[in-house]
Amino acid sequence: MAGTAHKAPVVLRLDRITKTFGALTANDAISFDLREGEVIALLGENGAGKTTLMNILFGQYTADSGSVAVFGKTLPPGNPRAALTAGVGMVHQHFTLADNMTVLENIVLGTQPLWKAGFNRAGARQRILELVGAYGLSVDPDALVGSLTVGERQRVEILKALYRDARILILDEPTAVLTPQETDDLFATLRKAVALGLSVIFISHKLHEVMAVSDRVVVLRHGRLVAETETAATDKYTLAELMVGARIDPPAVQAAPVGRVLIELENVSTPDRGAAPGLKSVHLKIRGGQIVGLAGVSGNGQAALFDVLGGLITPARGVLRRDGAVPGRWSPRAAVAGGIARIPEDRHKTGTIPDFNLTENAVLELYGQPPFSRRGWLNRGAARAFARRIIDAYDVRCPGPETRIRLLSGGNMQKLILGRVLETVPDVILANQPVRGLDIGALTYVHEQLLAARGRGAGVLLISEDLDEIMALSDVIHVISEGRLSPGFERGSKTTAELGVWLAGHGFGEGDSDAA
Amino acid sequence: MRLEPVAQPTLIRTIGLPALALAATVAIASLLAMVAGAPPLSVLGLILQGAFGSKFALLETLNRATPLIFTGLAVAVAFRARLWNIGAEAQLYAGAVVTATLGTGALAWPSGLLLPSIASAAMLAGAIVLLVPTVLKTRFGVDEVVTTLLLNFVVLLWVSMLLEGPLKDPMGMGWPKSARLIPEARLPRIVEGLRLHWGFGLALIAAAVIWLVQARTTLGYEMRAVGLNRAAAKFAGIPVGPVLIKTALLSGGLAALAGFSEVAGLKGSLTLDISPGFGYTGIIVAMLALLNPFGVVVAALFVAGVFVGADSMSRAVGVPTYLADIMLATALLLMVLALMLTRFRVRWA
Repeated sequence: MAGTAHKAPVVLRLDRITKTFGALTANDAISFDLREGEVIALLGENGAGKTTLMNILFGQYTADSGSVAVFGKTLPPGNPRAALTAGVGMVHQHFTLADNMTVLENIVLGTQPLWKAGFNRAGARQRILELVGAYGLSVDPDALVGSLTVGERQRVEILKALYRDARILILDEPTAVLTPQETDDLFATLRKAVALGLSVIFISHKLHEVMAVSDRVVVLRHGRLVAETETAATDKYTLAELMVGARIDPPAVQAAPVGRVLIELENVSTPDRGAAPGLKSVHLKIRGGQIVGLAGVSGNGQAALFDVLGGLITPARGVLRRDGAVPGRWSPRAAVAGGIARIPEDRHKTGTIPDFNLTENAVLELYGQPPFSRRGWLNRGAARAFARRIIDAYDVRCPGPETRIRLLSGGNMQKLILGRVLETVPDVILANQPVRGLDIGALTYVHEQLLAARGRGAGVLLISEDLDEIMALSDVIHVISEGRLSPGFERGSKTTAELGVWLAGHGFGEGDSDAA
Repeated sequence: MRLEPVAQPTLIRTIGLPALALAATVAIASLLAMVAGAPPLSVLGLILQGAFGSKFALLETLNRATPLIFTGLAVAVAFRARLWNIGAEAQLYAGAVVTATLGTGALAWPSGLLLPSIASAAMLAGAIVLLVPTVLKTRFGVDEVVTTLLLNFVVLLWVSMLLEGPLKDPMGMGWPKSARLIPEARLPRIVEGLRLHWGFGLALIAAAVIWLVQARTTLGYEMRAVGLNRAAAKFAGIPVGPVLIKTALLSGGLAALAGFSEVAGLKGSLTLDISPGFGYTGIIVAMLALLNPFGVVVAALFVAGVFVGADSMSRAVGVPTYLADIMLATALLLMVLALMLTRFRVRWA
């Protein structure tokens, strides 16, 4: 190993970590060292074993064999506190903050009794402000966490780790929820942290970020460490191949004739749902032969838009038109019967019933109509045949139609949902984060199916946080921010940076926002 | 200590662990019998003999099992849809009151018409008693555990008032009991001369019907879907509120049949003690049965057997009948534990 970092002392050593779950080997003898002042990118697809490895490091799981050493001391296995006290801080993908408390209280929480007389609030604030200054983490210590943006909350999480004297920071997919600009800020913070002698493990599957921020890259695939290399000595394409194990070509997007407007929202508003904003005077048209991409940071009204189009909520104000007419009764059943396919964001919570088998899940939207039931009696043979057809046509890998869907991987679960909705030959497809958490094979398959539907004249709404995915597939791109929808941008008319400005909530003119 | 989920429980786990739970229950009961100063094997033998050892014992057990099958089914149906009906006791009494009201001469119809009419009216009453908390739940999000539980006491006091007032038997020497049912309103015995009435047959039929509904109808599919994942059911277009209402009607009706069967079959009149907590014991029965309708029949026979057997054992060797309660409580706890262990593996870290 060449490079500048190799003379620095090792701060974290993973030694032949192995962990199996039944027949699955999640981690297979993984070893690597993290040195002081170094950023290691831990790269791998979903299911490659990154999360398992970090859970072992943090004592959430006990490794079958192997050990973790921090600053030369081996951590006792299965003890979540050990890693924390040894100086390892983790910033999770999903934040662990209390919304109803201030930034200061969140940071201090758990380190000392907050409401006792002995609590030195001024001292704590002083310390936080020092950290804020040193690392460029601009955030107001007295602001309520509930009022912060996602980027600010992430900074609070980082401050929390630093306040506990973390010398090693582990960031799990930190950019997944950030706008491009916020990502740049985060990288600046990481550079400062490294300059101050901290070490960082940066977990990601986004190659350009890995290239931009890391000193070394560790690539995991199917639980094995397949490569460990200096970032400067490699490139994106090599890493992609290492990660996937084969060369992956992006799907070819061919021009398709644009059809008539299939579904349309005119001036639609919905009430806010807790912290999630509702829609604010949204105009949207989805035409046949089009993929309409909806870019936006998660929690900016995507769910409300999806639910309005999918029949789960009726607009509080404004009009929804289907094929030019306002539907009489708008419900999930009406939407499905009217040829709208819905691929929900969360496969486990809303897409499937995990303890139902494949057959029962396949007919979840259709059980009430022939041939799956007549006069209230189920026709189980017809349902099973339908499930078999989906399993064959959509390559769902499973023991059979009687298998509980809980036992399937995310990709196979998604293929079943895809088959369930596409078998009815819908002309509108609403896909909310359809490839989140999928491996690259399943991801490509889902994209191909969406493109095929577009090719036969269906209109597709693709909601995603991944700007690259949106830009690769969409004919028209809208950006959503705090429930407001940008105008539609034609393919290629905006750069990533330009869209980033919209993602951050700028560009929505005064006229677009709703006063009421 | 941590729990790790088991992907696909093996057959040994799914059958072996519940069997182990039963064995452990017997072992604990034996231990307690020893503490009470009786030889454990003879205590268990006496319980078994007292429950199933003679024609009389067996019939007694079947009679005792009858209301438990109804309340067990009522709870199982509701729990399947995650409607936490803790109020089977109230629904049972609602059915019993209707039976005593209509069966004491208010309707002078022939038996073939009268019995189905009373049964239907009883079911309706039980259904309404559960409908109220269910509507409060679907409309306003009121926790049905609290409302159904508390309704038990409301209904019981109400029955007490009726038995001291309008339903009081004028020939009852002042006891709070209703008049006797007219012969046409009594459930006939299955075999003449044997003390087993058609309520038991009705309970078996109910179990089969419930199984059919759950496994073969769209309503059953909807109830299971709503129970397993309400959000996904709603997303797919299953009308969650109406499904819960239908579940409540079915569940309340079943519990009310327990009251009907006790008054029209076994007792012949309504008293305040026709149910020694059948509604609550129904929860144990349903849980032991893993909410399976046929399992309910088996579990009800087990529970009834333990009660009847413990009574007779107690008379013979003087070990208190509390042993029966302890056995059931132990069986339930261990069964719940066994079920958890079929799905999770314990890791000692």
